[in-house]
Amino acid sequence: MKVGLKEFLFGPVWDSANEPPKYGILAFILASFGSSFLTVLFAVPISILVAVAIGQLLPSAVGTVLRSIISLLAGIPSVIYGFMGLVFVVPFVQRVFNLSSGLTMVSAVIVLIIMTLPTIISVSETSINSVDKSYLEAAYSLGVRKEYALFTIIIPAAKSGIMAAVQLGIGRAIGETMAVIMVAGNIPQMPSMLKPVRFLTTAIVTEMSYATEQTRGVLIGIGLVLFVFIFIINSVFRFLIKKAGMIHG
Amino acid sequence: MDKNIYERKIRPGIIAARALIYSVTTIVIALVVIIIVYLIKKGLPYINWEFLSKAPSRLNETYGIAPMIINTLYIVFITLIISIPLGIGTALYLAEYARPGKIISIFRYSIEILAGIPSIVYGLFGLAFFVNTLKLGSSSGSMIAGSLTCALIVLPTMIRTTEEALLQVDSTYREAAFSLGASKFYIIRTILLPCALPGIVVAMILSIGRIVSESAALLYTAGVDYIMPTNAVKHVTESGASLTVQLYLYATEGSSPDWVPYAMAAILMILVFLINLTANIIASIFQKKVSAKS
Repeated sequence: MKVGLKEFLFGPVWDSANEPPKYGILAFILASFGSSFLTVLFAVPISILVAVAIGQLLPSAVGTVLRSIISLLAGIPSVIYGFMGLVFVVPFVQRVFNLSSGLTMVSAVIVLIIMTLPTIISVSETSINSVDKSYLEAAYSLGVRKEYALFTIIIPAAKSGIMAAVQLGIGRAIGETMAVIMVAGNIPQMPSMLKPVRFLTTAIVTEMSYATEQTRGVLIGIGLVLFVFIFIINSVFRFLIKKAGMIHG
Repeated sequence: MDKNIYERKIRPGIIAARALIYSVTTIVIALVVIIIVYLIKKGLPYINWEFLSKAPSRLNETYGIAPMIINTLYIVFITLIISIPLGIGTALYLAEYARPGKIISIFRYSIEILAGIPSIVYGLFGLAFFVNTLKLGSSSGSMIAGSLTCALIVLPTMIRTTEEALLQVDSTYREAAFSLGASKFYIIRTILLPCALPGIVVAMILSIGRIVSESAALLYTAGVDYIMPTNAVKHVTESGASLTVQLYLYATEGSSPDWVPYAMAAILMILVFLINLTANIIASIFQKKVSAKS
């Protein structure tokens, strides 16, 4: 049996154990995209604020300490982030939303936000710090306060670097596997914030061990979908970064 | 605007911005530090020589992580043996030999794309190609299959960092050597590689960190066995769980007492911190040297 492209990409039901099996990955695609979008939506503003504080506002000694803490955080294995999620986030979500189990998409998004923060902070901090100092000086000479100049001059001027940081963040969020499989509940159904979900990446891990020949082919198809998504995202950002870089030369 | 600018009042907007920035920063840093300190504190008391030197036993219900440490070392070691020559060779080609053009820029772009591909996709490829097609080692994964997969994962970053290190070597060195009639290969061997060495070493250490942290790609390419290896050479073809994979299994299966994943997480975290710290120290020493020179 062959699986059609349309029912593969847009089929709402995944049931690989049934006879005949159903291989629709729409739910996984939506879950992966939804969670990555939400992750970036929260992680980017937080990261920019932290990056500004570390690079521009705090005394440089404090900034150096915080910077090295953050670079250490970026190296923590994703399994440990998953374990942290299991120990802290899952019970927290369960209590706050009064659920029978905290293994939900919200937990996955929270873990993803924590995981992507170090990467986005350190890349956007580098780009914020590399903005020409004369911009700031010109602003000061006009009597503008530093905080005002940061948000109206420095951050817009660092746009291309910040975009590169966002690209890395999305890539990490879409590609993350082990951390989210531990906290997301891993049930193949249409994504909803307070329900267990399965992502493209976790679908591969879950089924790989006991996959039939045919399911294995479908899993490689999911891998290909991930690859294509990453390719598209990188190309779009490459274009955007080039464009943003041209404006500010 | 009244009076002069020095006596101007700070506007509430500025105060709000400052408060927002500082409070967000404090919350983020405090949260993360508390979580990490908690995990390490909870795991550290259980780490002792027996835990580090024994294999887990279902019969005696004792826990040890020696096989996982050995497996992780095997994977790191074999991956480096495979990826260092390939990585440095490719970087040398790109930086020194390749003529800039369309094909090379496509090649560079594909390396960039490869660096962004989720490790689980590499794992899937490793399972399909190294384990199932080439049948390297046991059918549930092997050290060699896992290492080859890891090599694919670290290569793009390794190539890029090494190339950057090569390009940073002062071009006057190269020109001076050329003017003395030195051959290209001689220059690479005696000038470029030694000058770029610190950068290459940092790339290597970061790769080690990446391999130690890897889990998704190893689950099905290196396997999940936790038996103490008996034959050092044969173990290359045997399957075994890395520290990260075993931590994942313990944390999700609940087959072990609560303290085991905590202890493993603490060990892993300390290990990764040490690896990254070494890389940072080497990088900063190198940077000081460079800035002292110029």
